[in-house]
Amino acid sequence: MFSPTIIIEAMINGLLTGAIYALVALGLTLVYGVLHIINFAHGATLAAAMFAVWGLNAAFGIDTYWTIPIVTPAFFVLGYVVQRFVIGPAAHGDDGNILLITLGISILIENALLAGFGSDTRSIPSDFSFAIVEAGPFLLSSARLVGAAGSLVVAILFWLLMSRTDTGKAIRAVAREKLGANLVGINVGHIYAITFGLGCAALAVAASLLMPTFYVNPRIGGAFVNIAFTVVVLGGMGSIPGAMAGGLIIGMVESLSGLLLGESLGQIGIFIIFILVLLLRPTGLFGAKA
Amino acid sequence: MIGRGYLPIILVTLLIAATPLVISSNSFFNFTVLVLIIALAAQGWNLLGGIGGQTSFGHSMFFGIGAYTASMLQTHLGVNAWLSLVAAIAAGALAGLIVGFLSFRAGLRGSYFALVTLAFAELLRVLANASELTGGAAGLLLKLDPGFANMQFSSRPTFMLLALAFVFASLVITQKIVNSRFGAHLVAVRENEDAAKALGVDVLTVKLKAISLSGAMTAAAGVLYVQYFLYIDAGIAFGIWISIEALLAPMVGGRGMVLGPLIGAFTLHGLGEITKSFAGRVPGIDLIVFAIVLIVVIAFASSGILGLLKKLADRFSSKEGA
Repeated sequence: MFSPTIIIEAMINGLLTGAIYALVALGLTLVYGVLHIINFAHGATLAAAMFAVWGLNAAFGIDTYWTIPIVTPAFFVLGYVVQRFVIGPAAHGDDGNILLITLGISILIENALLAGFGSDTRSIPSDFSFAIVEAGPFLLSSARLVGAAGSLVVAILFWLLMSRTDTGKAIRAVAREKLGANLVGINVGHIYAITFGLGCAALAVAASLLMPTFYVNPRIGGAFVNIAFTVVVLGGMGSIPGAMAGGLIIGMVESLSGLLLGESLGQIGIFIIFILVLLLRPTGLFGAKA
Repeated sequence: MIGRGYLPIILVTLLIAATPLVISSNSFFNFTVLVLIIALAAQGWNLLGGIGGQTSFGHSMFFGIGAYTASMLQTHLGVNAWLSLVAAIAAGALAGLIVGFLSFRAGLRGSYFALVTLAFAELLRVLANASELTGGAAGLLLKLDPGFANMQFSSRPTFMLLALAFVFASLVITQKIVNSRFGAHLVAVRENEDAAKALGVDVLTVKLKAISLSGAMTAAAGVLYVQYFLYIDAGIAFGIWISIEALLAPMVGGRGMVLGPLIGAFTLHGLGEITKSFAGRVPGIDLIVFAIVLIVVIAFASSGILGLLKKLADRFSSKEGA
């Protein structure tokens, strides 16, 4: 039915998109791994970051990729503050409460964006969005290649941060045993907030990398939150290599099922994987324990 | 002789039932019908999430199954509306049983359970949006034909009384469950599943019973929705909005408390209307208020409005005694 070239091209494009999904999922899985909470507001935060990128471009004409040094620290601080002063104190240490608070935050962000920007869909049009690289018989989008490369760089930076720095060591200690970490003098609340901020910072980078080829509207977070949860669950909740592998797999599944089933049914592949993994192997591919 | 807990239910129901005697504004009845439909859907959530402690993020799946079963039976097969209602409630219970069997047997709890319910609802939304049986993206229209046999009423107060009757039934059923041994088991599972199991509670059966009753109630709300608006599409039926409404109302009113969903739904939507009248036509402003109320309730009054009232009453009576 389809020539091998089309299928392979779809797979490569899927991998490229998947790399950005991995970046979106990175923050979610990091927060889960350390704080043991599901941040339901992850998708809405991404939507907010995409609006920030769009706004900087629309207002000051800053090129999409050059918004990274602005939005990334801004979202790190935002994430830190929200975790330290809203989620942490409001949850009283109950996991169910945290889930519901992040749900509340996601409703809040989504509707604040709706109230502020209306429900219109926006994009950043530029020639680069349509630029194509020819690789043998395949035509690949330049913006997606840059996106995938950017995701890889961020993943490496994360790995260096986690393995080589004192902060990374502290984060790993808190993830492993928070009482013990507290006893040796690590400020657990501070580390929680830093982790949450890092998750938001990763989203800001993802937003900048996504904007050349994606569009944004206040409801866009919903689509990404489903994908990100699937990636995280597939890779194993809390596992960073799992999120990377899961992102690539999901990107490919989405691209192939879109090709075979059409746009409207294409998403089904993702939900089915999500449900099957949760029901059959909730620890995912790389997770150690449930 | 009225059993424990039934007096407030009867009083609240009578209070709402009496409103047509003093109010004649159609917008009031539109408001109340929607709030009652949400309260019914939310009572379904409360049974499973409030009393049973199994937080669902996807109760729209039951709402949608109820709405679509009722409208598909009527439009495609010409089945009577009341029979369709019974079938829709049964379908909701069955869906609850299936989803519950799959996820509880797999040992999903807490956040994992919330995510899997969300995934089921989203899966159904995509399917309903694509399938011809459900009218695809265009949705399904019920033929306007007012009359008792078709469960359509041109008078809004009459429909409000019908919705109220459903809510009353859901309140009585929930109170009966709370007073029963099954209710005690459900609370035990919520408080400490492992301890409940050790004491001989059949945890899986208790959860399955709760989720199928929950699905049935929320499905009935879906039927009421479609009988009132005579239209359904995938975004309404399986949309995240009703999953959130079904969860917010009990959270705000008092989770696990029989009157929590009804009080919560009235409070939230009352606040929503007040905000809209101040802020004008800013899209999403009511949901912003809902979200802030949710966060504030969790932070400062985790047992909701009813819990707060109870605490105040206890403090007052203990001062009286001292």
